[in-house]
Parts: sequence; structure tokens; C-alpha cells
Amino acid sequence: MDQFILQILNGLDKGSAYALIALGLTLIFGTLGVVNFAHGALFMLGSFCAVTLSKLLSLSHKVVDETRTDFLGNPLQVDVPYVHDWFGVATGDAIIDWAVPLSLLFATPVMIGIGFIMERGLIKHFYKRPHADQILVTFGLAIVIQEVVKYYYGANPIPTPAPSAFKGSFDFGVLIGFDVNAIIYPYWRLVYFFFSLVIIGAVFAFLRFTTFGMVVRAGMADRETVGLLGIDIDKRFTIMFGIAAAVAGLAGVMYVPINPPNYHMGMDFLVLSFVVVVVGGMGSLPGAVAAGFLLGILESFASTAWAVSNLPGINQVIIYLVAIIILLTRPRGLMGRKGVMEE
Amino acid sequence: MTKSNFSRRGVLKTGAIAGAGLALPTYLRADSHAGFTNAPGDSEVVLGFNVPQTGPYADEGADELRAYELAVEHLNGGGDGGMLSTFSSQVLDGTGILGREVKYVTGDTQTKSDAARASARSMIEKDGAIMITGGSSSGVAVAVQALCQEAGVIFMAGLTHSNDTTGKDKRANGFRHFFNSYMTGAALAPVLAANYGNDRKAYHLTADYNWGYTTEEAIRSSTEAIGWETVNAVKTPLTQTDFSSYIAPVLNSGADVLVLNHYGGNMVNSLTNAVQFGLREAQANGQNFEIVVPLYSRLMARGAGANVKGIFGSTNWHWSLQDEGSKAFVQSFGTKYGFPPSQAAHTTYVQTLLYADAVTRAGSFNPCAVAEALEDYEFDGLGNGKTLYRGDDHQCFKDVLVVKGKENPENEFDLLEIVEVTPADQVTYDPNHPQFQGGALGTCNPGA
Repeated sequence: MDQFILQILNGLDKGSAYALIALGLTLIFGTLGVVNFAHGALFMLGSFCAVTLSKLLSLSHKVVDETRTDFLGNPLQVDVPYVHDWFGVATGDAIIDWAVPLSLLFATPVMIGIGFIMERGLIKHFYKRPHADQILVTFGLAIVIQEVVKYYYGANPIPTPAPSAFKGSFDFGVLIGFDVNAIIYPYWRLVYFFFSLVIIGAVFAFLRFTTFGMVVRAGMADRETVGLLGIDIDKRFTIMFGIAAAVAGLAGVMYVPINPPNYHMGMDFLVLSFVVVVVGGMGSLPGAVAAGFLLGILESFASTAWAVSNLPGINQVIIYLVAIIILLTRPRGLMGRKGVMEE
Repeated sequence: MTKSNFSRRGVLKTGAIAGAGLALPTYLRADSHAGFTNAPGDSEVVLGFNVPQTGPYADEGADELRAYELAVEHLNGGGDGGMLSTFSSQVLDGTGILGREVKYVTGDTQTKSDAARASARSMIEKDGAIMITGGSSSGVAVAVQALCQEAGVIFMAGLTHSNDTTGKDKRANGFRHFFNSYMTGAALAPVLAANYGNDRKAYHLTADYNWGYTTEEAIRSSTEAIGWETVNAVKTPLTQTDFSSYIAPVLNSGADVLVLNHYGGNMVNSLTNAVQFGLREAQANGQNFEIVVPLYSRLMARGAGANVKGIFGSTNWHWSLQDEGSKAFVQSFGTKYGFPPSQAAHTTYVQTLLYADAVTRAGSFNPCAVAEALEDYEFDGLGNGKTLYRGDDHQCFKDVLVVKGKENPENEFDLLEIVEVTPADQVTYDPNHPQFQGGALGTCNPGA
């Protein structure tokens, strides 16, 4: 039983990331009708917003310390962060410590801007082209973004830890009456899970309770009629693209302490997120979220020692297996609208 | 009824074979004047540096390339000469190799066997490389080594740690300076026993590929020999990025040690996850829970940040070593590039020098003469103490470093501290040891 709860918890944080990326993918597909293969790259760019801000906050100048030597035996040049000079050592360290949450403020405008540029600069030229063209151009764009990031940040993962207040883990099992160490769960993963709930809730509320959201939903249902009513739906869809980019980016920012980011992390999530979208139903926002969590949990169960020893390789194929079954039996996905992906 | 064998398909097949024969690369044709592949002219000799320039190990590849460039500079008489002055063999004098200026070409292995073979092949056929060296993966090393054997050139392996490179996949034209999984196990086990005791239960997470298997096997057998029990060993996909579902059950499995048979990005992520899940602070079976990372790479340990603190592992070489060879190498590398070299840089630099030295001692570039000069050759002054290039399997035998993540690093390069230098005798094994059985060295191929 404790293993069961443990794997559900484990699936939740992975599911959170899948759900957030799939949510953005679905928003873009539902509004603009574009299959955006660069969405994983947006997730990765979000992570590197956190890396960049954390580097910026740690920018320092050299002070020569005559008492110590470097690896070549020369006097050691100690890095003193500028924030120490400006705010004092204690406040300066606290600012550096909180770099990841602070990055949310930094990443939001940056990611919306990147989304805008991507949509206006490239993707809008592909609206009337076949899906295959859209996939090729966005996939190509993803590779370009990856290589640019690798050029500036290198290929190795860059450690960017969570604030020290969230380090370590808590014993969830003791709370619900299990033995010590039975269910351990890291604090930051819990933060990530609640963060994703907040973002998902905000996106849904925005679409449901604002006039802007109402128009966008109307546009998703029948773009032509909304256009005939004199509403500039394209402009709103561009804004939605920016929002979708920001959702992926913020998901990336908060993911950084869980696994140190590298240039390739977007691709790792992209393929799975597409499967999530297909399983949830192309164009269905609740479907994307539900399928994200569902597949995250399934993947977690498939990775247990028991599952792997009884069904070798199941951990690697489970998600695709589910996708195949869904596509065979219910091509529109769990919550997809009738007619989408169906003849 | 008679059936003609003269079919359309037959004609096409014959045509294809004939065409392939005509297009046969020069190295496979017996028309070379010198009796071996890519015999150099009188003025220069070309070496092929095959390293990952793209892909997940690109940073390690870049460091290898820096070391190669430094080695070429030193061989041609530039810079401060680095290890040329500390090398026990003093035949290299900075005039190139056998009087020929050393030139080099580079290839990108992408850490993919097929790409690595393609780039090695291109360097041999198009650029006339007489020796191929480099790499940061055992899969690649084994693939390129086999290609070099066929092509008749010497392969000086880069960073490759799997037993198989000089075990079941060994080749007469291939040579490895880097240590291997068995040596890691043999060096690590006594240190683990001394620090964590003999009554331990280990849980292995193993990367699901060749290197992972041989490392798990080596660590299992050496830790079981000191009384540890292996509770479980789980294979993890190479592409895995989040290890939480593998790590979460560990604490409740009855184990009190987690062994991460992971390298590169896998190691960074699994170790980060293990620390997140509180394994470092946990208690199990009345003892502190411990984590072991058999193969450390400082370049990659950097990705795990503070998580490496206090964790034992092994490494081929470390820049903080205080012997004359290491000091000379760190000095010239550090002066040129501004940071200390990695173990990958060290092994590739040394391999280049060893090749040049062997050619000079043999007085010939003929791969068979070079191989003979390397076999059972004993040397010193290249950073690992007295070293033997064993003739039976072309594996170097030297001291192995057991290291620990440093608690209070003084700078960004100061991540590991050397806990013990395990003497070569303790990590030496019989060429027919079970972990190395299955292949034959074969005979040297000069090509041409």
C-alpha cells in the first residue's frame, strides 16, 4: 500500500510537467491549428531563464586573496557577487538562494515575448500549409534553439538548486500512519505539483471567466463566425500563443531544481507530451491535463522494480502502449471532441 | 524444365559487387608502397582525433580535443613541453614523430557508434590518418576499435571504462590507457569496507547498456567479496531523465547503500534525485544510508553541484595529483586554457604521447611495429606512477584513484578529493578473468 501511494505521488510531479506542456500544446493546436514541435524547446528555454537569472544574480568581481592559491599556485582570485556589495552578505545570499522562484517574474515576460516572435516571425506563415510542413518547420526550429542554447551554455547539465528552505524531503508516510521512511517525498516536488495546479487553474479561469477567454473559446469552436462578427481573432490567437509559451516556460523554470537542465531536456518531454495530447484528445484542454497526470502516474508504476522484473522494458513502452490502445479504440482521445482525428 | 540462374536480380547483384570492388577504399587494396595503411611522407604525419563534438558528451569531447592540441604542440616542439620532460622514455625531442611534423584532423563521434565509425573511416580514407584516438563512450570505443583493426591503423582509446574494450571486444590494433570497471570494483571495495563496514546491503541502479552491465558486475562481485549483500539491481533506460520512481522504493527495500552505475547526465540526474529524496540523511538497518558512484567524471560531477559531497567513487586521474608528470601537465594545460584538465583530457594526452613514443622506439609507423613497441611496455612519469601496457590484452595497469566528493571545495574545480591511491598490484587481474572472457586479441593488421 505504501508503495502504491509512493508511486502515485511520484507520478504527480512528472504528470505536472506533462500536463503543463500538453496544456500549451493543446492551446496552440486548438486556437491556431498548428502542431508545435518547438514546444519542448520553449520548456527548455524556460529552464534556461532560471539558469540565466541565477547566473546574473551571481555575477561577481574578482578579489585577490593572497593567503590562498589556485590550481596553478597563483594567488587565488575569489569571486565576490555584486549583490553582496549592494545588499550586504546575508541579503545578497538570500537573493541568490531564491533565484529559481524569482525567475518566474523574469521568465514570464521573456517567454511571452519569445512566443510572440515565434508566432509572428515564423509560424504564422505556415497556417495554410499542410500539417507535415508545420511539423517540419517547428521541429527544425526546436533543433536551432537547442543548438543555440548549447553554444552558450554547453552540453552538460547546470545545477540550479531550489531555495534552501525547500531542500530535502519530508516523511509523508508518518503523517498517514505508515512506518518511518515508507513514503518519502521531496519538498520541491510538492511545490512543483501545487504550482502546476495553480497555473492550470489560472489558464482555465482565464478562458472561462474573462471576455477575452470567451472570445478565444468561441474562436476555437468556430473561427469563421467569430471573424464575421468583426473580431480580430488572429490577434487574440497570437496572444494565446504567447500565453502557451509562458506556461511551458514557467513549467521549465520550476522544473530546474528537480533535474539540472541541459539543452536537450525539451526533446525528452516533447514526444511524451504529444502522446499526452493524443491520449487526452487533440484540442481538449481538460483532456490534456487529465492525460498528463494519468500517464505520469502510469509511467511511475511501470518503473517500479516489480514491474520491470516481471515485464522487462515496460517502463519504456507503457506510455506508447497506452497511446496505441487509445488510437485504436478511441481515436479522438479520452476527452476529445467527436470528429477530431476521426474520419 | 531448366531454370536459368541468369536473372535480373543476379545481374544487379553481380554488378553491385563489381562496383563495390572498384570503389574499394585504398586502404583495403594491396597496392601501397610501404606495406601498411597510410604510410606518411617525409615531411608530415596525420593523426585522427575522433571525439564527441556534439551530443551529450560534447563538453568532455571538447576537453579531449584541447588535450590533443596540446599534445601535438608539445610533440612539434611548441609550448613548455608538458609531460615530455617527465616521461620515463626520453626519445621524444619535440621534432615531431620520426622527424615528421604532426598534423591532425578531427571527427565528431556524436557518441553514436555509426557516426563514430563514419568519421573514423573518413579520417583514414580521405585524410590519411595513421592513428585514430579519442571517444567518451565504451560503445563507440568498441565500434571504432573494430574498424581500425579492419583498416590496419592503430586505435588509442580515449575515455572508455567498460571491461569489454580490453575484454571480449579487444583487438590487436587497439590500446587502452584508461582504467576499467573491474579495477574500479577492486579499488573501491576495500575503501567502502573501511568506511561503511562489511555488513551492508546494496541496491544497484544500472544504466541499461554495455558499460552499465560490466560496472554492475564488477562492483557486485567485489562488494560481495567483502561481505556485502546485493538486495536488488534495477536497469534504468539510458534516456531516463527523472529517476524518482526508481529511487523512491530504495529506502524501503531493506538496502542501506545505493550504487549508481550511471555516467554523465544519468549520474547527474540520479544522484540529484537520490539526494532530493533524502537518502543522504536517512537511516536504514541502524546505519547511515550511503550512496556510491563507481565512476566519477569531474566535468560531469559539476552538474550535480553540492550533491556529490562525501560520496565515494573512482577516477583515472585527477589534477590535484602531486607527481611531477601531473604537475607538468596541469601547468601547461592550465596556462593555455585557464582551467585544469579533466581525466578525459589526461588520458587522451597520454595516449598521444605513448603512440608517438612507440613509433619513435620502433623506428617505424607500421602498426605492427608500433603495437609490438607498446606491448608489455613499462613506463613512468605520465601521472599514474609506474604503468604497464600489458601485451595480453592491451590494457594499461597502473594505480587507481579512489575519490570522494569534497566537503568544502575551494574553487569550482575542486570537487573531488583523493582518498586513496590503490596500487596497481591490487587492481591487476588475470587476462582470463571471467569478467574479461569471450574474445581474442587476434593478430595485428598493418592494412595496405
